[in-house]
Amino acid sequence: MDLSLNDEQQLLADSVARFFAKTYTVERRRALVASELGYARENWKQFAELGWLGIGIPEDLGGIGGGPVETMIVMEGIGRHLVAEPYLASAVIGGALLSRGGNGAADLLVDLAAGNLTLALAHGEPKSRFDLAHVETRAAREGNGFKLTGHKAVVQHAPSADRLIVSARTSGNVATADGITLFLLPAKTPGMTLAPYRTVDGLRAADVKLDGVVVGADQVLGPVDGGHALVESAVEKAIVALSAEAVGAMEALLALTKEYLKTRKQFGVPIGSFQVLQHRLVDMFMALELARSTAETASRALSDPDPRYRARAAAAAKVQAGRAGRLVAQEAVQLHGGMGMTDELAVGHYFKRLMAIDVCFGNADWHQRRFADLA
Amino acid sequence: MRMKLDAAHSRFRDEVRQFLDTGVPLDLRDKCEAGKRPSKDDHVRWQRVLYEKGWMAPGWPVEHGGTGWTPLQRVIFDTELGATPAPPVIAFGVTMVAPVIIAFGSDAQKKKYLPRILKSEDWWCQGYSESEAGSDLASLKTRAMADGDHYIVNGSKTWTTYAQYADMMFFLVRTGGDGKKQDGISFLLMDMHQPGVTVHPIITMDGGDEINSVFFDNVRVPKANLIGEEGKGWTYAKYLLAHERTNIARVGLSTRLLAKLKRIAAEEQMKGRPLLDDPAFRARIAAVEIDLLALESAVVRAVSGDKTGKPPGPESSMLKIKGSLIQQDLTELLTEAVGAYALPYQPEWFEPGWNGEPVGPDYALGLASTYINWRKVSIYGGSNEIQRNIIAKQILGF
Ligand SMILES: Cc1cc2nc3c(=O)[nH]c(=O)nc-3n(C[C@H](O)[C@H](O)[C@H](O)COP(=O)(O)OP(=O)(O)OC[C@H]3O[C@@H](n4cnc5c(N)ncnc54)[C@H](O)[C@@H]3O)c2cc1C
Repeated sequence: MDLSLNDEQQLLADSVARFFAKTYTVERRRALVASELGYARENWKQFAELGWLGIGIPEDLGGIGGGPVETMIVMEGIGRHLVAEPYLASAVIGGALLSRGGNGAADLLVDLAAGNLTLALAHGEPKSRFDLAHVETRAAREGNGFKLTGHKAVVQHAPSADRLIVSARTSGNVATADGITLFLLPAKTPGMTLAPYRTVDGLRAADVKLDGVVVGADQVLGPVDGGHALVESAVEKAIVALSAEAVGAMEALLALTKEYLKTRKQFGVPIGSFQVLQHRLVDMFMALELARSTAETASRALSDPDPRYRARAAAAAKVQAGRAGRLVAQEAVQLHGGMGMTDELAVGHYFKRLMAIDVCFGNADWHQRRFADLA
Repeated sequence: MRMKLDAAHSRFRDEVRQFLDTGVPLDLRDKCEAGKRPSKDDHVRWQRVLYEKGWMAPGWPVEHGGTGWTPLQRVIFDTELGATPAPPVIAFGVTMVAPVIIAFGSDAQKKKYLPRILKSEDWWCQGYSESEAGSDLASLKTRAMADGDHYIVNGSKTWTTYAQYADMMFFLVRTGGDGKKQDGISFLLMDMHQPGVTVHPIITMDGGDEINSVFFDNVRVPKANLIGEEGKGWTYAKYLLAHERTNIARVGLSTRLLAKLKRIAAEEQMKGRPLLDDPAFRARIAAVEIDLLALESAVVRAVSGDKTGKPPGPESSMLKIKGSLIQQDLTELLTEAVGAYALPYQPEWFEPGWNGEPVGPDYALGLASTYINWRKVSIYGGSNEIQRNIIAKQILGF
């Protein structure tokens, strides 16, 4: 068993590192998240050209094949540089859902891989917490199609998405896994309104209200009543991808903090000469390495045929990422003293992204509980 | 769960509560319940209500406007005050510089500054830290050169909380001495409204602007504004820091945050049940609540036998460390309680007069900003690492 990257994966890792080192300085990121779109279309085009948007998409559909390990490599780079482009929302989650969306979705996969389509999953609701089976939004039959009514909460990257993938209940009651159906809605659909806002990490999201939105049967993605399994599998990929992103962010924080401890002087010596602070850095390092190892195991597990193994490995990775992310971020701020509290330094921005990563699709407590329940 | 007191002190606590429950102007109460940042005016308004009641400076000697309460009564009052949804009393004047003026200042200084502090006529700020002198405060470089009956001050301070509001600054400067770095430091008072003083905001990672850099370019400070003796400032500075630390324990604030956490956890749903019913979340709440009871017990224990009010000793470092960690646990749990609605960031919402539609439940707004901002409490007032050094040295004798 060899867990090192193969040659192609190493090439990918190198190209990710090169690209972001060139395009993503702290200042550029600051300008990007302040811009109207919140990210750069040129970057998105580049992602497509580099093949990153086609990871996990079969080659005959414009993708480059590849799998979870490749996704992990890109996500680590995204975490290391606080990348603002909607890679997780479009390529990872959107890609996963379209791949299982049946015939009609194949053309869209081509667009996605080419960088001509961005997506956002509108699934969570105000009262769902992180329970994927909890869907109150209703899709009532109407003629050959459906009529959607409901409220979707904190839909990440919704404001810039070309299409939303919206879940709604076609049967069953509020918290049953059966009876959920997915719909593909263009951004400008009559009856659908977005309340866009910034999230703590500087990225964009929206609450989405559906007020009797009329959709045709051709807008259904995947099987009617069978949407839960699609969402579950996409979210499984998403939490593993997020765990990899957290690893990248933690790595950056560890490097910044180490550098700071070596250069910041108090009492006439670098503060890194205090053993008590060295140990704190060691604890950060250990948290990072264990989170990294779990994220790698979970990435490889995504290709495993045993669904329970997959699900538990993914949950474990998210727990590690959430807890380690908080520890590393809080310690990085603390060890930077007053400087760590400023908006000027990158440290605070990583802190906020790591906080958001913990929240996305269920925090450490939530996935710890799932891990236990899945035993 | 709160600590029970004997009958006499319970009565005292009830009396304090009764006033605090009704004394806060309603608009201020609403603002603070909602977690919005009070304005300068809001702070001053509330402090004047306390002044009218005679409760602005309970810890001062009676002749200067104190209440004559025992140290335990003062702790009870501070706790209840902190638990009240009202703008926090700004400590720089009343509980930081005033004890120094009372202990080491001249009669003229007492007469000039104490009444103005009592009535909140001057807003004070603290000019200790410099960019190269944080934990190693004694290495500060800002200089004061004697010039007749004035000092000429040059240099800069940083991280100065609310310097933008301040009328006065108490600060540490180097007035001489090439010996030990603690020698040659003096404690001065400066009028902020004069030529040569420039205040620049520093934006914090939560987007707030409470801290500043302050620059001094040939600022003239009358020698009459020197506290105590020239070159003895380090002694006064440390005396003040012990008071600052005691303030940071904040049992009252944590009591209020804990109640809010339980309220929100009762509203929030998880799998169709209140989050408060979830055993794992309950256990986390219980853990902080037990820590808080321990802290309250330690705070009460530290003063219970004391009739006169001795200045706080090194044990205040313990209260500062634990108090700050409890506050941080609570602000973190609050964000976790609201699930995905911890993420929307709407700073406009903090602005007075904003009438937009908040995203998510009202109680979720501002929780993330508070969590992020509250990372400061383990850094300021002497970082928690420095407090540990103090305990190791002064209590454990290393
Ligand atoms: C929001 C905020 C408000 C503030 N308000 C004020 C104010 O109003 N007035 C004012 O004067 N100051 C204020 N401060 C400054 C505060 O007191 C300093 O930030 C603090 O003393 C730490 O100094 P530093 O930032 O230079 O960090 P540093 O001293 O550089 O410390 C960096 C890290 O090294 C650690 N460290 C340093 N020395 C040691 C050691 N010997 N052993 C172990 N660990 C060590 C520290 O604990 C910290 O983790 C404020 C700070 C903040 C964040």
